[in-house]
Amino acid sequence: MAGAAAVATKSLAGSRARAASTVLGQVVLPGEELLLPEQEDAEGPESAGQRPLRLNAGTRSRVRVVCGPGLRRSGDRLLVTKCGRLRHKEHGGGGVYWVDSQQKRYVPVKGDHVIGIVTAKSGDIFKVDVGGSEPASLSYLAFEGATKRNRPNVQVGDLIYGQFVVANKDMEPEMVCIDSCGRANGMGVIGQDGLLFKVTLGLIRKLLAPDCEILQEVGKLYPLEIVFGMNGRIWVKAKTIQQTLILANILEACEHMTSDQRKQIFSRLAES
Amino acid sequence: MKETPLSNCERRFLLRAIEEKKRLDGRQTYDYRNIKISFGTDYGCCIVELGKTRVLGQVSCELVSPKLNRATEGILFFNLELSQMAAPAFEPGRQSDLLVKLNRLLERCLRNSKCIDTESLCVVAGEKVWQIRVDLHLLNHDGNIIDAASIAAIVALCHFRRPDVFVQGEEVTLYTPEERDPVPLSVHHVPVCVSFAFFQQGTFLLVDPSEREERVMDGLLVIAVNKHREICTIQSSGGIMLLKEQVLRCSKIAGVKAAEITELIQKALENDRIVRKEGGKFGFAESIANQRITAFKMEEAPVDTSDVEEKAEEIITETEPPPEVVSKPLLWSPGTAQIGGGVENSWGDPEESEQEEEDTGSDEAVLLDGAEVDTAPEASNSGSQDAPIVLSDSEEEEMIILEPDKNLKKIRTRTVSTKQEKAPSKKPVKKRKKKTAN
Repeated sequence: MAGAAAVATKSLAGSRARAASTVLGQVVLPGEELLLPEQEDAEGPESAGQRPLRLNAGTRSRVRVVCGPGLRRSGDRLLVTKCGRLRHKEHGGGGVYWVDSQQKRYVPVKGDHVIGIVTAKSGDIFKVDVGGSEPASLSYLAFEGATKRNRPNVQVGDLIYGQFVVANKDMEPEMVCIDSCGRANGMGVIGQDGLLFKVTLGLIRKLLAPDCEILQEVGKLYPLEIVFGMNGRIWVKAKTIQQTLILANILEACEHMTSDQRKQIFSRLAES
Repeated sequence: MKETPLSNCERRFLLRAIEEKKRLDGRQTYDYRNIKISFGTDYGCCIVELGKTRVLGQVSCELVSPKLNRATEGILFFNLELSQMAAPAFEPGRQSDLLVKLNRLLERCLRNSKCIDTESLCVVAGEKVWQIRVDLHLLNHDGNIIDAASIAAIVALCHFRRPDVFVQGEEVTLYTPEERDPVPLSVHHVPVCVSFAFFQQGTFLLVDPSEREERVMDGLLVIAVNKHREICTIQSSGGIMLLKEQVLRCSKIAGVKAAEITELIQKALENDRIVRKEGGKFGFAESIANQRITAFKMEEAPVDTSDVEEKAEEIITETEPPPEVVSKPLLWSPGTAQIGGGVENSWGDPEESEQEEEDTGSDEAVLLDGAEVDTAPEASNSGSQDAPIVLSDSEEEEMIILEPDKNLKKIRTRTVSTKQEKAPSKKPVKKRKKKTAN
């Protein structure tokens, strides 16, 4: 009786909420609900079973779980909004959960460092295209050492590396080229030469991960300058055009290669 | 959506690369990208991929009354559509110029060249003729739409089968495909468009421009040729002045390319015919391999890597070490010092805006001096952080130097740490001579 009822509830409910810890590393689809660790006990017993009485029924151990990209809170549970693999990291408190997905279209997020192209200068602000739905606005005072008399030397068509201070779905994004202390910290206008190309967002995240082998291997090849924007844009500069082209092609191809193939290519380059 | 703007550095890079005869994907000047032709299950349906540019072609036919002034000829109708999935810039209202240009070019290439025998499309003179309609959809835009579209159109026309018709006196019998096998159209020749992009007022030319090359090109020359070296149509746009020799040279190249492409088309048609005859599986679903690792592979870009290592060695041996900056701090009062002039501002100097090279240079410099290092590190640190020196925003010319009292304690702890560490904090210390303003 209990078994049949259980099967019926499963099929009726569609997908029963699964515990997040069991699904780590697996593919999740949008619409799935995930349970956080402390909620599993409440769902455990079936309808026929007895629920254990709790003396402190109202309070639950509060663990601060951070809900990363691809997840959204719905009531007590996590709702998946993107398809991809579920990941978790223990990081002070309850940890972070997020969905690793692949996409090419960038959506501005506050705090992200991006490469933008200046499209217009109007009065006090620059309009910068960052690959999102709207161009971001960048005030001319948001550069290191800029004052009303001392304007930065930015032309239409220049590349800018900056970060978002305002980026939500209701407002036009705003970016700046200084950090909270007022220093540039590497941001600002990117130099004149070099090549800008676009890759997927997942590749950027992979390349910016702390111990990226690809970057170390590339750095051993020859001197280069490289800027990664979280909006999928990479700017590369090497001594000659040929080297820059090789770099651009390697980075674009890294997405589709296994690490063995990559090592082969690098060893071939190092020999030639 | 608006098109992504082309930045100045991309434009400059592309033009410089073209001057050195290098293309982004490693092709030679006269090389085409890989052309891939696949057929659908219906007759007359094909997808042509020229690199990443994809065009879908579909042919259909209908019996209609002929045009009044051409009572014995069938009707050919071409329609190219730029789908919104091809590029973010393609929106329903916004594509008219490009669309009209492409459609006209296609019509001139295929209709005016009489590649299809329209007399054979006549069923009853003056009353019923076949109207052949070719619909082309651009699925992805990566440059050179016109070439891909013309190949798709002619391949679809060659692949198409129309229902068989039998005329006896006044009686016309139209057979369904089940009763009698459909009949192919009669194709006289296979015209193919070849595009040439010109740069720097006609000095450099490239065959089969990709999307980025199209953005920086000065003008475009399109020549439609068949394998017998007969020119079907020729069009030059962009307003560049071309010399006679250039046009002649381009037409010769176009002839060679058209021959190669025609061979490819014939092979593809033949393969499809064999597969259908033997009863094997055909169609789009079959041409995409799933369940295999290579399903999502990328084409290898033939980039020449031969002389990279020697060049790198050369460069490394020839470059001088970075100049050592000897800092001479001026001690204003115990706890405050100044390094550098502090007056000139070097905004917008591209050499100084790179992020990576600055750290090691200035850090090493700071540790070089002996005892003077005491005041130097905190001076530079306090100079950039706490800003005791204010660059004038107002009319004042001289600099105001504040006397920080509480900095004394901070400074002492700092000296200890900087002396011991090899490379102090990862904050990039700017080489710029200005100070931060409050």
